[in-house]
Amino acid sequence: MKLTLKIWRQKGPNDKGQMATYPIDGIDGDMSFLEMLDVLNEQLIHKGEEPVAFDHDCREGICGMCSLFINGEAHGPDRGVTTCQLHMRKFDDGDTIYIEPWRAKAFPVIKDLVVDRTAFDRVMAAGGFVSVNTSGNTQDANAIPIAKADADKAFEAATCIGCGACVATCKNSSAMLFVSAKVSQLALLPQGQVEARDRVLNMVKKMDEEGFGNCTNTGACEVECPKEISLDNIARMNREFMKAALCHED
Amino acid sequence: MSVLDSKVPGGPIEKKWSAHKNNIRLVNPANKRNIDVIVVGTGLAGGSAAASMAELGYNVKAFCFQDSPRRAHSIAAQGGINAAKNYQGDGDSIYRLFYDTVKGGDYRAREANVYRLAEVSVNIIDQCVAQGVPFARDYGGLLDNRSFGGAQVSRTFYAKGQTGQQLLLGAYSAMSRQIGKGKIKMYNRHEMLELVLVDGKARGIIARNLVSGKLERFSGHAVVIASGGYGNVFFLSTNAMGSNATAAWRIHKKGAYFANPCFTQIHPTCIPVSGDHQSKLTLMSESLRNDGRIWVPKNMEDVEAIRKGTKKPVDIPAEDRDYYLERRYPAFGNLVPRDVASRAAKERCDAGYGVNATGEAVFLDFASAIERYGNEQATMAGMANASREKILEMGREVVKAKYGNLFQMYYKITDDDPYFTPMKIYPAVHYTMGGIWVDYNLMTTVPGCYAIGEANFSDHGANRLGASALMQGLADGYFVLPYTIADYLADDIRTGAISTETAEFDEAEKAVKDRITSLMSIGGSKSVDHFHKRLGKVMWDKVGMARNEQGLKEAITEIKAIREEFYKDLRIPGAMEEFNPELDKANRVADFLELGELMAMDALTRSESCGGHFREESQTEEGEAKRNDKEFTYVSAWEYTGNVSEPKLHKESLEFENIKLVERNYK
Ligand SMILES: Cc1cc2nc3c(=O)[nH]c(=O)nc-3n(C[C@H](O)[C@H](O)[C@H](O)COP(=O)(O)OP(=O)(O)OC[C@H]3O[C@@H](n4cnc5c(N)ncnc54)[C@H](O)[C@@H]3O)c2cc1C
Ligand code: SF4
Ligand code: FES
Repeated sequence: MKLTLKIWRQKGPNDKGQMATYPIDGIDGDMSFLEMLDVLNEQLIHKGEEPVAFDHDCREGICGMCSLFINGEAHGPDRGVTTCQLHMRKFDDGDTIYIEPWRAKAFPVIKDLVVDRTAFDRVMAAGGFVSVNTSGNTQDANAIPIAKADADKAFEAATCIGCGACVATCKNSSAMLFVSAKVSQLALLPQGQVEARDRVLNMVKKMDEEGFGNCTNTGACEVECPKEISLDNIARMNREFMKAALCHED
Repeated sequence: MSVLDSKVPGGPIEKKWSAHKNNIRLVNPANKRNIDVIVVGTGLAGGSAAASMAELGYNVKAFCFQDSPRRAHSIAAQGGINAAKNYQGDGDSIYRLFYDTVKGGDYRAREANVYRLAEVSVNIIDQCVAQGVPFARDYGGLLDNRSFGGAQVSRTFYAKGQTGQQLLLGAYSAMSRQIGKGKIKMYNRHEMLELVLVDGKARGIIARNLVSGKLERFSGHAVVIASGGYGNVFFLSTNAMGSNATAAWRIHKKGAYFANPCFTQIHPTCIPVSGDHQSKLTLMSESLRNDGRIWVPKNMEDVEAIRKGTKKPVDIPAEDRDYYLERRYPAFGNLVPRDVASRAAKERCDAGYGVNATGEAVFLDFASAIERYGNEQATMAGMANASREKILEMGREVVKAKYGNLFQMYYKITDDDPYFTPMKIYPAVHYTMGGIWVDYNLMTTVPGCYAIGEANFSDHGANRLGASALMQGLADGYFVLPYTIADYLADDIRTGAISTETAEFDEAEKAVKDRITSLMSIGGSKSVDHFHKRLGKVMWDKVGMARNEQGLKEAITEIKAIREEFYKDLRIPGAMEEFNPELDKANRVADFLELGELMAMDALTRSESCGGHFREESQTEEGEAKRNDKEFTYVSAWEYTGNVSEPKLHKESLEFENIKLVERNYK
């Protein structure tokens, strides 16, 4: 396959950045999208130019490190996969591919396609946990049975990889899908219910402070989420939030 | 040769750990506030250790090279975690888990450590459930289990094919809580490049801030290395792209002995290599062997027809298939340990029966399971006359609920749908049992420097059983290190903060700077990956699944040659003090180029076969690994002497008081 790549190049946070064009040849359908970028970088290094910086690690869709806005879609045209799992067979010979970083106020660009997503970590530190110490004498794991349906729903919410595609896709740069996935997971389990109220209030407060936008129920996040995290989680979080806010006024 | 002191406490094996905990010194809460601990790595081992120590009151500084602690490579673990809960009532016990692990490791692990691991395994599951880890449950709301290789009980807890993710997110949330409280200071995108010793004790590290590229100094009263395994020395492996040996190698060069470096695990079920562009290999979890049957055609004509595409696997009738694991190992069948399964696949492929174009693939087939589950569902639903199509459809739903994400992953990579055609799989490098030598307290040979998780060598001997790495990482981090480290830190309650403005830190930083400057100034013509791929090929061909004296000697010469060329012809674009992923890789590959040689040397000195280490010269008539207990019942612990090619071998002899050494038999 012969392709034309249009890639966002930006030297650092303070650089303005612009698109650059790179023709590339010999791309095989079995390559992953990131392997295609490896080929480009190998060529750039050979020519003495700076390779394109992009984030990645596991390359199997689970660490949440890879990102990329590809032809206007977070993680590219395929559904239910991350960029590292996107394969070149999804493209045709002669295509032009536009590759850009996540764009959101809360995710500043570090270099080229690499952005800073530590805002997510700070939201997690505000309440994304159960306050239980390591002790070696917590109660037996089977002491509280959990209905399979609830456990399964909690699991589905917990599969969020924290990649940020939902934020990058949302026209308001809202982090609702990400935050609601954690709030839902813990709200669905008896272990998480004790702190449910404080958790949702604190995480939402932090989310607003970090500069993520409001949710206007567009639903684009769910479509682009590589883990197919459901909008139901946002509805659940809204209910949790209302409950908590009302109780708080007592 | 010196004798290594493993510090294993006396007494009967079931009492050792509790007695030890009662005897070691403690640090009181007020004093813990004056003590800083550095933890390099935020995977299951480092993440759980950092959180637990912060809860206890220590000031923790945690490091990872990714942009968030949640992305450590543990996230990718798929199949499950073992624990001797005996929830299934199938006869499991702490002793049985201990026994299976020692036997699975081919009797090359330290008994006392393994027993402790089995003992605390039950606490892990309780702890994780309390944190909100959503393990799989049955319809009664209780925890479900599956079976893994090398065991005849069901003791593996799981969360679909994403167990590592769920466990790591549990540890990460425990960390997040402490980060929020200011008890853990998290340094993302930081790479440890040197250990700082003061008066012979580990007192700090030099790390490179991967965003600014600047070197930074950090001090602590103890340093914990939890940096994971070194499988990427082979270039292609199931590890994440950034997984590396640098932290471990740096402490090795400062005095920590490296144990059993040649003990590498080659995992039998991975997606085969498809071409030169390949950057990594993808695991298909061992849990699939619960339901998948492994086979190749019996007849060469069928093999050829499949390769040409004139026949499909489904066209081959049962009697013309060779379910070689079931044939050779009837007692364990498809659930033999990994080393055995990998060699059996290699044996068939070497004999010419590989089922893909490269001749390096076998089938992992779910057709029988789909049919069996479909029938079960039909019976449960009272559908006596269900059509075959309906039955298979229902069977596929069951398989999807169990392994959905793995099947999707396979489909996306290969474009073949495993619900309808068998997967093609082949062994790939997956895990390293070898690692930094540690004593019973998990301390290395450098005072105050600890190693936990995959980075140490301690529990798996020459072969790790599936679902035991997650168990070990969390055991070390939640339940072992937080106790044992106190015994050492008890001497430091009056030390006070350790300054980074000292000659020792100056020197360590300068050493790193000089190293990087020399790499940057080579100005050659080849990329880091070029050298890494060449090293990987030598390692795979000569220090891989089968090893022999001649090949190992050649490997040593070849690795040296590649290393020399690396320092002459490497090109790193950009500058040191900026975000520069090529430089990050160069630092890691420079260390792999030294470690690879040590692995080959270790494999050469161990002329027996054991577990994942298969010396062709030492096999039984049936081609099974043949141990030599008389000469090799020891741990090889290598000391750095100032010249990487001339390390010194120390031996820790292994005593088996509770388990009798016998030939491993899975027939
Ligand atoms: C695909 C796959 C599937 C697996 N499935 C299973 C399974 O089902 N069951 C099971 O028991 N085991 C499984 N394993 C093995 C298991 O996942 C690992 O052995 C285990 O997770 C290792 O954990 P760890 O905490 O020791 O290291 P890791 O999780 O690898 O973490 C290493 C940490 O160290 C950091 N680090 C490394 N070097 C540096 C440095 N120089 N400076 C700063 N930070 C550094 C990294 O950023 C990271 O945070 C699997 C492994 C793979 C590859
Ligand atoms: S909700 Fe989906 S898109 Fe958003 S961070 Fe999680 S996995 Fe990524
Ligand atoms: S690189 Fe890990 S999800 Fe893509």
